[in-house]
Amino acid sequence: MKKINFLLAILVSLSLSTLAFAGDWSKIRIGTEGAYPPWNNMNAAGELEGAEIDLAIDLCKRMNAECEFVAQDWDGIIPALQNGKYDAIMAGMSITEERMEKIDFSIGYMTEPASLSALSNTALGTLNAPGKLNLDDMDAEAKGLLSTLQSALAGASVGVQTATIHENFLNEYMPDVTIKVYDTQQNMELDLAAGRIDAALCDKAAMETFADTPAGSGVTLIGPDLFGGSFGAGVGAGIRKSDSDLTAMFNKAIADATADGTVSRISMEWFGKDLSM
Amino acid sequence: MDFELMYESFFKLIKGIPLTLEVVIISTILGFFLAILVALMRISKKGYLSKTAYYFVYAVRGTPLLLQIFFIYYGLAQFSFVQESFLWIVLKDPFWCAIIALTLNTCAYSSEIIRGGIQSVSKGYLEAGSALGMGRILSFRIIMLPLAIRQALPAYGNELILMVKASSLVSTVTLMEITGIARKIISQTFAPIEIFLVAGSIYLLINFLITRGIKVAENKLSPDLA
Amino acid sequence: MLELLSFGDQGWGDEMLLAGLMTILVSLSSVCLGLLIGVILASFKLSKSKILKLTAEIYTTVVRGVPELLVIYLLFFGGSSAVMYFAKIFGYDGYIELNAFTIGTFAVGAISGAYSTEVIRGAILAVPKGQFEAGETLGMSKFQMNLQVIFPQVARLALPGIGNVWQITLKDTSLISVTALVEIMRQAKVAAASEHEPFVFYTTAILLYLLITTGSNKFFNKAEKKFSKGFVVEESA
Repeated sequence: MKKINFLLAILVSLSLSTLAFAGDWSKIRIGTEGAYPPWNNMNAAGELEGAEIDLAIDLCKRMNAECEFVAQDWDGIIPALQNGKYDAIMAGMSITEERMEKIDFSIGYMTEPASLSALSNTALGTLNAPGKLNLDDMDAEAKGLLSTLQSALAGASVGVQTATIHENFLNEYMPDVTIKVYDTQQNMELDLAAGRIDAALCDKAAMETFADTPAGSGVTLIGPDLFGGSFGAGVGAGIRKSDSDLTAMFNKAIADATADGTVSRISMEWFGKDLSM
Repeated sequence: MDFELMYESFFKLIKGIPLTLEVVIISTILGFFLAILVALMRISKKGYLSKTAYYFVYAVRGTPLLLQIFFIYYGLAQFSFVQESFLWIVLKDPFWCAIIALTLNTCAYSSEIIRGGIQSVSKGYLEAGSALGMGRILSFRIIMLPLAIRQALPAYGNELILMVKASSLVSTVTLMEITGIARKIISQTFAPIEIFLVAGSIYLLINFLITRGIKVAENKLSPDLA
Repeated sequence: MLELLSFGDQGWGDEMLLAGLMTILVSLSSVCLGLLIGVILASFKLSKSKILKLTAEIYTTVVRGVPELLVIYLLFFGGSSAVMYFAKIFGYDGYIELNAFTIGTFAVGAISGAYSTEVIRGAILAVPKGQFEAGETLGMSKFQMNLQVIFPQVARLALPGIGNVWQITLKDTSLISVTALVEIMRQAKVAAASEHEPFVFYTTAILLYLLITTGSNKFFNKAEKKFSKGFVVEESA
């Protein structure tokens, strides 16, 4: 009987729900994926780490709030925000019109172009099409780059993470491509390294981080830097529409952090380059 | 409740039915033949055969199918010696990795069902067979197998339904069957409840048809019991 | 390779074991919730009311016919909304944060309940009518009879089926990674991704599940022996 009581006590304490009161932002819960280095990642000590973790801690300090991090699979990251599991999403999430129909965003705090990648010992790996492709500003050079990409990738299989700007781009601009959708960035990287997909489209810095690891040594980035249009307007914090006061707080904190170089510093530390906006 | 969305998604979701059925039918058939083999191994008097079969069934039934799928798809692909071997022709494709995982899974469960069927056939029938001069293989084929199948059919119908449900897990390795398409639509429309209602209904319909089909097969095989 | 599984800050060993513990806890609470649902729905199915029978029938058919992944997603995404919807009715406008453990238990427990219903219903039907009649003859109240005569026998008859339900539920907990609850499957995925070593961690996960399965089998065998004490199997003619 004592054993059952003890067990019941454990189970009850595990199920205790906490009631979150909106409006008094002394404690802010930040939702992140934890599978997207160097933006956010889970290390061997079981802790979340990454550029966005450090930035969030800094922003919370500026907002006089205590930060709490909640890991959530990318699949459910927006519904979980709307259900109140946390108060803000900082998970390398780009600001897009599609997402803005459901949630609000703070101003962008970092921005990084997307890029294609492939195994260096394949035909696509030797693709030579450098430059910058801005979907908002399609001059002649950009149009040429785009059609080079379209013909190079025709019939190829390209991996993307589910529900990302990268998936949207392929759907919109690359009709001849077989799109392979992955639940996480890292599973896509594994398949790219194994040769299951011909190429992958994702955040440039994330793939650079993978290419630096032993598992990703065969991977190289190809093609131009891609941004603008369906790639959104930078990475921002996702916040519920009803929490406009929190959005304002984030905006001020981000603006201050950008102005005094904190964002650049954190960016240099994690990305090796300055991603601030 | 966004009924218009449900209506539109229905037509997108049924595009996943062929792949779902392909995966289910191929794994079930392969698994069935493999299961007969494993069931025979299990009943065998040779210790090493029956022990191997026992541990195989134990391991497959004791671990989640999702884990088995991930192990086969991502775990095995990690090694360059696998990537360079002839196995890679099969293991490279998520479709075949899924088939392997589902086949092994249904084989483990079905072998127990078939074993039960075989062991339920009264010794009397087999003695009659040998009295008539039938060899072991002949009596197995003509006497035991049909009776075992008839006995096992209801349980096998259940196994088919479990396979249809299991097929939804292959959406986690980039295969776009019904659940894969459902998750994609949800990630774009943020309307999980509506989409899952439609997808769930499609699965219920498939399972309903299977149940009906099994009943018809049962009636045909056992007209005396109908 | 083994350093990856070491304990402490550099290895994932401690995280994997904790995840194993979490798997056991979630499975336990889900099976308990499932048994509760099972008892209620089994009594619905055995009752004379057509509505109750239909409700229970719909529940078990739907939950056993729709893939678990869909049910879990539906309960995860819809459950939190439903709870808040009900809370609004009572005038509470804030956000109720249901922690991952509760949601996971609720989702897996709902599925487990559908299977438990059939097991319990079968067990109740298997209790000889004579037992009920004897109880009535002795003047026991229905409650007394159920508690002291019927329930122990149902427990004994249901035990193998419950063992089966436990196995199913244990494996279903691998599907709740969307709730971000750190059980074995999720921890293995996170570790495999972080270290780019899927083989090591998925193998570890397999071993952990087999460990739990083996332990559970021993437990259920012991329980079956204990519940069958003093029970004499009737000799059939």
